[in-house]
Amino acid sequence: MANGRAATLTLPWRLPRFNIQGWPLIPIGILIVLALVAIFAELITPYNPEIGALGDRFRPPAWVAGGSDKHLLGTDHLGRDVLSRLIFGARVSMVVGFMAVIFAGFVGTFLGILSGYLGGWVDQVIMRVTDSWLALPGLTFAIFLAAIVGPSATNIVIVLALVFWTRYARVVRGEVLSLRERDYVRLAVVAGCSKWKIMQKHILPNVVNSAIVLATLQLGVVIVTEASLSFLGVGVPPPQPAWGLMLADGKKGLMAGYWWLTVFPGVCIMLLVLSANLIGDWLRVKFDPQLRQL
Amino acid sequence: MRKFILKRLGYAVLSLFLLSFTIFFFVRVTGDPTTLLVEPGASREDIAALQQQLGLDRPVWVQYGSFVSNLARGDFGRSFYYRTPVIELYLSRLPNSLLLAVAAMTFSLLIGIPSGILAAVRLNGVWDRGGKIFALLGLSMPQFWVGLLLILFFSVYLGWLPSSGSGTPLHVLMPAFALGWYFAAAHMRLTRSSMLEVLGSEYIKLARLKGLPEALVIGKHAFKNALIPVLTLAGINLVLMINIAVVVETVFAWPGVGRLLYEGIAFRDFPVVQATIVLGGAMIIVVNLVVDVLYAWIDPRIRLGR
Repeated sequence: MANGRAATLTLPWRLPRFNIQGWPLIPIGILIVLALVAIFAELITPYNPEIGALGDRFRPPAWVAGGSDKHLLGTDHLGRDVLSRLIFGARVSMVVGFMAVIFAGFVGTFLGILSGYLGGWVDQVIMRVTDSWLALPGLTFAIFLAAIVGPSATNIVIVLALVFWTRYARVVRGEVLSLRERDYVRLAVVAGCSKWKIMQKHILPNVVNSAIVLATLQLGVVIVTEASLSFLGVGVPPPQPAWGLMLADGKKGLMAGYWWLTVFPGVCIMLLVLSANLIGDWLRVKFDPQLRQL
Repeated sequence: MRKFILKRLGYAVLSLFLLSFTIFFFVRVTGDPTTLLVEPGASREDIAALQQQLGLDRPVWVQYGSFVSNLARGDFGRSFYYRTPVIELYLSRLPNSLLLAVAAMTFSLLIGIPSGILAAVRLNGVWDRGGKIFALLGLSMPQFWVGLLLILFFSVYLGWLPSSGSGTPLHVLMPAFALGWYFAAAHMRLTRSSMLEVLGSEYIKLARLKGLPEALVIGKHAFKNALIPVLTLAGINLVLMINIAVVVETVFAWPGVGRLLYEGIAFRDFPVVQATIVLGGAMIIVVNLVVDVLYAWIDPRIRLGR
């Protein structure tokens, strides 16, 4: 694996040559596993995540005294299988997280390019809005918006995108300010390209890297924010299985010592966020050393 | 200098204006605000009366004007639940939030600064690696989950600390830790990078060339200079802590501003939600303004730069 040159035997097809040295394999692995679990949730879950058996309430995990093999990670206050809820929760967290990040990335990158390239009053308007929105802490702003629009998974995606696009706009604008002074952009202007065309063909491809790095770094924040919203009751509505919601339910059994309801969903959130952060840090160093101080 | 302050002040006022506009806009655009402002279960006559009282039949710009003038006078309306002016409620909770934030800040600086310095002095050593893991965990674990785990361990199993409420010094320990870890991680990272920058500077080289003992070079010359950006960030973070403590305060039933926001959501007490957001945003805008002006005052390059 380390030395590709040794593989001189001819294969009927050409293997793509990836140099995976230095890649954060464990975080990537965790992310892939969670993604597969989320995609094939129906096939692997032993129980319906939203329907429980009241006779089976608060069963501990299988390896603890009182637990049974029927519910590997125990059951919650309605007798729902924790493992099944965790698996479906992965779907909620990942779909909401990725959608919000992508959505925010599109809006932020678009406005950032407009702001940086056009300058003038467009720049002033976009940047002043960005400034005032950045003044609100992401979580508080999200709580406010979520409280207005009401809880639903779709609403949460919109809310998170509305809160987090400003970061992209800031970073992308900064990049565009230096890109627009480059020779190839000036030549494009001389050649008679329209502003729209220049932004699309000459500016956009050069800021995509930064936007992707930022998106990876934001994924963790967005997922934690979603979990916090769900925990506070303004995020994904029950009985859907979101990890933050499971923690809110788990809190009810905390003082009675039902630890599995608090530990497992939190571990899932942590693994997902940790992986996203590690991959983001790695991408940042790999793609764009200048972004380091962000 | 005066020109710089005036310009910065102008931006801050503009930001406040945009903030109020954003909040007004979102409340109006998402439907009839009376549905948010009226108590659940109110009769149709009550709703109609409120609509007239709020002047919703007037043009939007007139409505916005009165909204802003109310805010400027500190009139955030009355809480549905507590039946008192929201501003009084907010101010009565603020000292608790401040206490929690100061405790969390103390903890985060006590951990963050020494470990950041050690990490920078012994680059890639045990402290540096351990610190990296500590920081990564702090940035990756949701604060409320840290809080729940602390309750599970220290309250449920060991029975050492009270799981919720306030009043004694023991009550503040766990919420401060849960809130402070994330910031400890941020302060550690900044101390490390700031220290590395200072250690590479000319005057540190000179201090070493003079033959000063290493402890004195680091303790006296490097430490003080490396601390400036960290303390600035800490100042901003203190205000941020007050405003993002909502989940931690909810977990520990800590009677601060964040808990007020949570109650506002839970009881559908919209004036409370609106006031906490506006006041929080205003607080942060003001602090950023103060920090910018102080920086310009200390460092002429900033005020002459742009």
